Amino acid sequence: MDLLEIKNLKMHFPIKKGLFSKTRGFVKAVDGVSFNLKKGETLGLVGESGCGKTTVARSLLRLIEPTGGSVNFEGTNILELSKRELRQVRAHIQVIFQDPYSSLNPRLSVGQIIAEPLKNFENRRTEQLKERVAYLMEKVGLNPHQTGRYPHQYSGGQRQRIGIARALALNPKIIVCDEAVSALDVSIQAQVINLLMALQQELGLSYIFIAHDLSVVEHISDRVAVMYLGKIVEMASDYDMYHTPRHPYTQALLSAVPVLDPEVTKKRILLKGDVPSPLDPPSGCAFHTRCPKKKDICSKEQPVFKELGNGHWVACHLC
Amino acid sequence: MNSEQLLSIQDLKVRFKSFEGVVSAVDGVDLNIAPGETVGLVGESGCGKSVTALSILRLLPKRSTLMEGNIHFSGMNMLTADEEALLKIRGNSISMIFQEPMTSLNPVMTIGDQIAEVFVLHQNLTWNQGREKAVEMLERVQIPSPNARSRDYPHRLSGGMRQRAMIAMALSCQPTLLLADEPTTALDVTIQAQIMDLMLRLKEKLNTAILIITHDLGLIAETVSRVIVMYAGQIVEEAPVGDLFKEPLHPYTRGLMGSVPKLGQKFKGGPSQLDEIKGVVPSLLNLPAGCRFNPRCPLAIAKCREQTPGMVRIGRQRQVRCWLVGGAK
Repeated sequence: MDLLEIKNLKMHFPIKKGLFSKTRGFVKAVDGVSFNLKKGETLGLVGESGCGKTTVARSLLRLIEPTGGSVNFEGTNILELSKRELRQVRAHIQVIFQDPYSSLNPRLSVGQIIAEPLKNFENRRTEQLKERVAYLMEKVGLNPHQTGRYPHQYSGGQRQRIGIARALALNPKIIVCDEAVSALDVSIQAQVINLLMALQQELGLSYIFIAHDLSVVEHISDRVAVMYLGKIVEMASDYDMYHTPRHPYTQALLSAVPVLDPEVTKKRILLKGDVPSPLDPPSGCAFHTRCPKKKDICSKEQPVFKELGNGHWVACHLC
Repeated sequence: MNSEQLLSIQDLKVRFKSFEGVVSAVDGVDLNIAPGETVGLVGESGCGKSVTALSILRLLPKRSTLMEGNIHFSGMNMLTADEEALLKIRGNSISMIFQEPMTSLNPVMTIGDQIAEVFVLHQNLTWNQGREKAVEMLERVQIPSPNARSRDYPHRLSGGMRQRAMIAMALSCQPTLLLADEPTTALDVTIQAQIMDLMLRLKEKLNTAILIITHDLGLIAETVSRVIVMYAGQIVEEAPVGDLFKEPLHPYTRGLMGSVPKLGQKFKGGPSQLDEIKGVVPSLLNLPAGCRFNPRCPLAIAKCREQTPGMVRIGRQRQVRCWLVGGAK
């Protein structure tokens, strides 16, 4: 049994309009997403802005209530738990947010921020608490003597380390990293990525790593899932995803990533236009409006998400 | 000064007065751009790359900014030019594309009118003629149904479309120099590819020189011919793009390149760990003595901590600021 099994997760936001706030339709931000996460594995979730990757993260943590599907953590469906039961599970699934500026309380010192989950979930004596906080700070490469400092005294990269220490505090099994390195400068980004990978090795963590930067996702992940307009269009091991991408969208995404070598001229698949609005998604395959290989069937029927073998899943009529 | 250069900056120093003291954001930058050339300015946040671009157009706040040095654009001294002369240049022969297309477009003016304004101001066209030209420009940057879009307000367009509109506006008067400050940072990769493709094709047509300011090394590798790397307000390395990526000389440039995960690197026997640059960028209020990179440099020697290195020429086209390269002076 896998650590986390997500089946057909749906998050449809109602659009309310008019005098009595009648529901006039839904934004299908996440529309039937399924994936599994094994122990010690990193699953990367990529896609362009608005494709629903953050909504997946938030709804599987029940930070927003998903409208359908199931999220099985070690065999129990999180979505059916009562608030009290959910609290216990939350200790095992932690999250690191994108913006290291708005995700730390500016009025708490670093020591207080990292101690907060410990105080909420464990009954430790003050001495033990201090020890644990110092241990965590050291683990993420912060000076453990500076517990009295406030977030504004730290740089972006160091703040993200504080966020990581807070997420690690309760020895979680899964950490959801929602664009955890996107806001950082490249040299700092490399530091944080290395830290996350080292921590995974040491503590046997599983990550759901959400980012829009394909090179980062590919570097850190064991498996990658590509999302487009609320659905996963392709999922495969990072090796297969890089060497044999099957979905035309994945192929275009990979070809759009700039290469760090001026002498390599890459054949680029230029997609036309923008991502369609999720308010009014195209019929059939949601990608058909931009797809360079589209056929008649694509605008009529929704493709099935099927396995091509070797854990390589794809939703495309042409594969 | 080389008369063939379109833009020539010598020893530019920009300092800001702040509550905590005078911040030296740009310290002795020399930069030349030839007509039609594409130059990339790379560096991390706070290294002074945007300030350099803004000072070319004199867009920095007058009261709190101290500027020294020389900026010559087609023979005109930009630092001593009066406001009237600057207004004639801005948006006309030098134009700028900003990073965030939402905050740099006027939200209460239609896209068409904003582009038309450029024509009205610089080419003495009437508003009606300007609007027609605006539709033409929108068509040129491949905005679908340009006529209808020109009557839309910026909030109705997507990020990619707004950036196209910005490009349309910037290229309206066929500028000889285009300053692009992180033109695609706010955009998704597929849209970035579209926008860069568009910018370079328009550049070919109009023979515009472009200064691209970015932190994205991949973007630089694919688009420019010459790269300038900045660190903490100074240029640390300058080289043709091929040489720079083949053999970066400055330890900072090498560190930057090692920090970027490369697609597929893992499968070619590359290291699973990224090279990182230790530590953080120094505060501009409290710069280290000697070479500004020395506290983070893996190769620093005693001399690096004591004396400030100058720019040293390596071969014909390269320059680097490091004591360990080419037996610096």
